[in-house]
Amino acid sequence: MALNTAQSKEAGRVPLPINSRKDTWWIKPLLVFLGLSTFGIYATWRAFENRYYSWGPYLSPFYSPFLVIHIGHFAISPALLILPFPLIFRMTCYYYRGAYYRAFFWDPPACAVEEPAARKQYTGESRFPFTIQNLHRFAFYIAVIFIAILAADAIIAFDFNGHFGMGLGTLIMVVNVLLLSFYTFSCHSFRHLIGGALNCYSCSRSGKTRFRIWQRISLANERHMLFAWLSLFTVGFTDLYIRLVSAGIIHDVRFF
Amino acid sequence: MDKVILKVFRGDSNGGTEQDYEVPTFEGMVVLDAIHYIQINLDSTLACRWNCKAAKCGSCSAEINGVPRLMCKTHVSDMAANGRPIVVHPLKTFPVIRDLVTDVSWNYRNSEKIKPLQLAPDAPKPLVMQQMDVDRIQEFRKCIECFLCQTVCHILRNHNVKEQFYGPRQLIKLANLDMHPYDALDRREMIRKEAGVGFCNITKCCTEVCPEHIHITDNGIIPLKERVADEYFDPIQHLIRKLSGADKKKK
Repeated sequence: MALNTAQSKEAGRVPLPINSRKDTWWIKPLLVFLGLSTFGIYATWRAFENRYYSWGPYLSPFYSPFLVIHIGHFAISPALLILPFPLIFRMTCYYYRGAYYRAFFWDPPACAVEEPAARKQYTGESRFPFTIQNLHRFAFYIAVIFIAILAADAIIAFDFNGHFGMGLGTLIMVVNVLLLSFYTFSCHSFRHLIGGALNCYSCSRSGKTRFRIWQRISLANERHMLFAWLSLFTVGFTDLYIRLVSAGIIHDVRFF
Repeated sequence: MDKVILKVFRGDSNGGTEQDYEVPTFEGMVVLDAIHYIQINLDSTLACRWNCKAAKCGSCSAEINGVPRLMCKTHVSDMAANGRPIVVHPLKTFPVIRDLVTDVSWNYRNSEKIKPLQLAPDAPKPLVMQQMDVDRIQEFRKCIECFLCQTVCHILRNHNVKEQFYGPRQLIKLANLDMHPYDALDRREMIRKEAGVGFCNITKCCTEVCPEHIHITDNGIIPLKERVADEYFDPIQHLIRKLSGADKKKK
């Protein structure tokens, strides 16, 4: 079988067929595509729905903090004001970047797989608008504020009309804020800011402390992808649970 | 499985064909064993670069079933599942010399452009370093220069922008130097402009294929991107540095 092609000769490389991989390389990008698309469609629909966001002490994470702004007689959905911030955090996240470049941009769809469309000129993240990805640390700062707000919401979820109690919704909200915290604080930017930027840890007392924190964050950082997906699922599931309870489709399970 | 078919690229930069070879197998056989069998018994003209056969010299890199791998570390039984032939090609990103041998000299030329360690004037004499200061960079020194990361990187492989991007191997070398506790040079401008760290879109293929399991992206390239962000994209840090008069090179 002749393998010579004009394209490969131009590049001065070995003449090879376009794609030699015969394994199921397409499964991973397909799952990422389906996962992110499903969440994106659901979150957009919920943001515009602007109802069924609270029940008893529960408040959906999509609608927290509950800020209502009116333009004339029209009330803007709080979710539309809130969701862009976690969206920016996730869009500039080092894990998600790699995942959506593969699944949505096919740049590349998988390792050692040819890209389908001939692109004019590849510049990666070195040119605008992709240089914005370098501002991930600022999205992280805002994400920390949201973690604090959602933690307060989870604490309030124990307050049933002035009585300390706990329902399934409380448990879901607590798990959600914990997983969001793991995801946020295992972030590459935080790892850099806390100690990664230093070269000599032993040169100062604060350097030694920062090294120990950096080590622990590095351990969590190895599971950043896991936390990214788990927290994406729980934040959507928390909203869904509160919506279903609020709409009267299901009843909250009360533990005590 | 008594026998396996190997489809091996035969040719040079002018063109070539896949040649089929039937090779008897044995337990624990690796692809390099099969290539050696072909050279000894079937076709002594087959060209292949190898040295240690212990996954330490980084010489026998090839594309096996479409994925860059070391031939000495890749088991025939894993590649020939369901009796499928094993496809062995040379590295796609670099010019072929003959058969499975490619010209990887571009990597060495780039390596020479990176200035070696410049000891800071305040470095202790003799140079004694604490383990906590070298923990990170020891990982980078495991690199065996097999260039699998370079060949799988789509920026070099598909887009072929070798003029603007040094590739994962050289970025790891730069990370090793930039994170050194007593290196006096500020390498961030080089990391950004000449080495082109901004070209990396962190799809982590380099990490996936690294036979030394170096976390190239998470521990090398992303920290370099963050260091570049410190210098060029973070106005708060820029202001703090201006006000405090801090050196660019952080200790």
